[in-house]
Amino acid sequence: MTATADAVARTTPPDPGGRPRGRAVTVRVGPVSARFRWRSVVVPLVAAVAVVLLGAASLGRGDYPIALGDVLRTLVGAGTEGQAFVVLELRAPRTAVGALVGLALGLAGALFQTFARNPLASPDVLGITQGASVGAVAAIVLGGGTSTGALLGGLGVPLAALLGALGVGALLFVLAWRSGIDGYRLVLIGIALWSVAQALTDWLLTRAEIHDAASAYVWITGSLNARTWEQAAPLALSLLVLVPLALAAGRVLGVLQFGDDTARGLGVRLARAQGAVVVVAVLLVATAVAAAGPIAFVALVVPQVAVRLAGGSRPPLLASGLLGAALVVGADLLTRTVLPQALPVGILTAALGAPYLLWLLVRGRRTTA
Amino acid sequence: MTTAAPRTRPAPTTGPDGPVRLAAEGVRLAYDDRVVVDGLDLRLTDGSFTAIVGPNGCGKSTLLRALGRLLRPQAGQVLLDGRSIARAPTREVARVLGLLPQTPVAPAGLTVADLVARGRHPHQSWLQQWSTQDEAVVAEAMAWTGTGDLADRPVDELSGGQRQRAWISMALAQGTDLLLLDEPTTYLDLSHQIDVLELVSRLHAERGRTVVVVLHDLNLAARYAQRLVAMRDGVLVASGTPHEVLTEQLLADVFDLEARVVPDPVAGTPMVVPVRRLRR
Repeated sequence: MTATADAVARTTPPDPGGRPRGRAVTVRVGPVSARFRWRSVVVPLVAAVAVVLLGAASLGRGDYPIALGDVLRTLVGAGTEGQAFVVLELRAPRTAVGALVGLALGLAGALFQTFARNPLASPDVLGITQGASVGAVAAIVLGGGTSTGALLGGLGVPLAALLGALGVGALLFVLAWRSGIDGYRLVLIGIALWSVAQALTDWLLTRAEIHDAASAYVWITGSLNARTWEQAAPLALSLLVLVPLALAAGRVLGVLQFGDDTARGLGVRLARAQGAVVVVAVLLVATAVAAAGPIAFVALVVPQVAVRLAGGSRPPLLASGLLGAALVVGADLLTRTVLPQALPVGILTAALGAPYLLWLLVRGRRTTA
Repeated sequence: MTTAAPRTRPAPTTGPDGPVRLAAEGVRLAYDDRVVVDGLDLRLTDGSFTAIVGPNGCGKSTLLRALGRLLRPQAGQVLLDGRSIARAPTREVARVLGLLPQTPVAPAGLTVADLVARGRHPHQSWLQQWSTQDEAVVAEAMAWTGTGDLADRPVDELSGGQRQRAWISMALAQGTDLLLLDEPTTYLDLSHQIDVLELVSRLHAERGRTVVVVLHDLNLAARYAQRLVAMRDGVLVASGTPHEVLTEQLLADVFDLEARVVPDPVAGTPMVVPVRRLRR
C-alpha cells in the first residue's frame, strides 16, 4: 500500500441547458479507488450536522432547560454533574432512539425503493410497519386475556412488534419470490399484506378496553415518549451491524436498478443480491419499529427527498439515512417546542415530510420518480 | 475445448474456421411448461458475426437469452469456451460475454457517462470501484461510439438512436469478447437502424468482437452479418452465409412468404423483395 493519495478532480462541462451538472471526483489510494459527486458528499455532511444541532437543541429542552452550548459541552464530558444526569440519563435515550430510528427507516426506504425500482416500495406501503402494529396492538390489547394474549403480553410490546414486522417481511419475501423479485409484484403483494394487517389491527382495537385502545393508538402513531437506554441500546447494537451491511449493498444496487437481464449480464447474482437487500431492509425496519412504533412516512418520503437534493439516479443510502435521522429528531423537537401540546412524533413526520416532497416534486425538473 | 460426444450429424457452425466460443448442445428451452425450443444445436466460432432471423415467436430471442445465460436450458447445455456456462461464476461470464436486452431500461436521471461506467461492474470490487483502467476504458468507449458529447445528458432524455449508442458504449466498456444483441434496431427509423448496425459491424471488424444479433430486417441482416441462422417454431431451419440461407424456398418455408431474392445493388448481398404472404 502506497502512502500517496492522488485525488483527481474531473470537471464536467455544463450541459446544453446551461446548468452545470455535479462534478465527479475520483479518489485513488494504492489499489483502493472510488468515485463520487460533490453533492453526494455535501448533502450527508449537512444532514449529519443538522442531526447533531437538532439533537443538542432537543436535549436542552424540557422542565429544566439547558443552553445549547452547555449541552454540547456535556456531550463531550465537560458539563456539570447535574447537567450530565439530565442530558445523558434522562433525555439522551429519547433523542438517540429518534436519530437511530430515522437512520434505519431512511436507509430501509432507500434500499426498498432502489431494488424494486419503484418509489412506492416503502415499508409503510408494503405492510411491514403494519405487521409491527398488529404485534404491538395484540400485545397491548390481549395481554393477560387469552393464553396467546398472555404470551404476547409476556413478550412485551417491542418484541411483539419486532415479530409482527419480521412475520410480514418473511411472508412478503416468500410470496414475492419467483426465482428473483419483481418490483411491481412486490408492491402489489405488499399492499395486500398491508390491508390484512390493517384489518387485524382494527379488529383488535374494536375489541379493546378503552384505556388499552388509547395506549395502542399512541403506539400506532409512533412515539418517542419515555424512551430509555433499554430501547436505545439494542437498537444501536443491531444498527451497528445492519448499517454497514446496507451501505455495502450500495455498489450492487447501482446495477440492480437496471432491469433483471441487464443486471445479470453485468455479472450480478440476481437472486442472492435481491435476497440480501430485502433481508437487510426488513431487519432495519423491524428493529426501528420495535423501538419507536411505526413512525409514518419517513421511509417513503426521505429517500425521495434525498435523491432530489443529492442528485443521481437512485436514492443515496447515506444521505437517506442521515436525512431520516434529521427529520425524526427535528419533528420530535418541534412537537415539544412550537406546538401547544406534545404530540406523538409520527404525526409530525408525515405533516413535515409530505409537503416538502410535494414542493420538490412541483418545483423539480425530473418528470419521473 | 472438450471433445464432444460422437454425433450423427455435425452441429451447424457459424463463422469461419476457428475455435468455437459459444455453443448450444441439444438445448430445450421453455418458460414453465411451454417449450419454445427443443433439441437445438448451434456453434459460434471466434470472430464471427451472426444474425438470427425468423418470424415472430419462433424462439430466436429465447435462444439468445439461453446463449447469454439469462435462461437455463431444461435439457442440453450451453458451452462458453468449452465450459458449461451454467456452472461458470456469474462475474467471470460477465467479463467474457456481454448482452444487450431488447429495449433495456435506464433508471430515470442516470447520465450517459454513468450508464457506460456501469459496464465496468464485473471488473470492479468493493475496494476498487473506479480504477485508472476503468476510467480509460469508459472514456475510450464513449469516444469510439461518438457519445462523448452526451456524457452528462440523462439517458431517458435521449432520442432512440442516441440511447442505443449509449447502451452499445456500455457493452463496449464491459470489454467482453462476445456480444449478444436482442433486436438492437427496434423502434428506430431506417437511418438510425443503419447507424446502429454500422456501429455493431465496426465492433466486429475493428474490435474483433464475436457478435450475435437477433434481427427482424432480413435485408439488413444479410448486409451486415457474415452468417445467418434461420429459425421457425423453435427449430433451426438453415444456417450459413446470407447467400446460402436467403433463398426463395427458405422464405416460403420459414416466413410463409412468396418473395424474389435479388442482389442488393449496393452491397451485392441477397435482397428480399416480398410478393405476397402464402397461406398455409
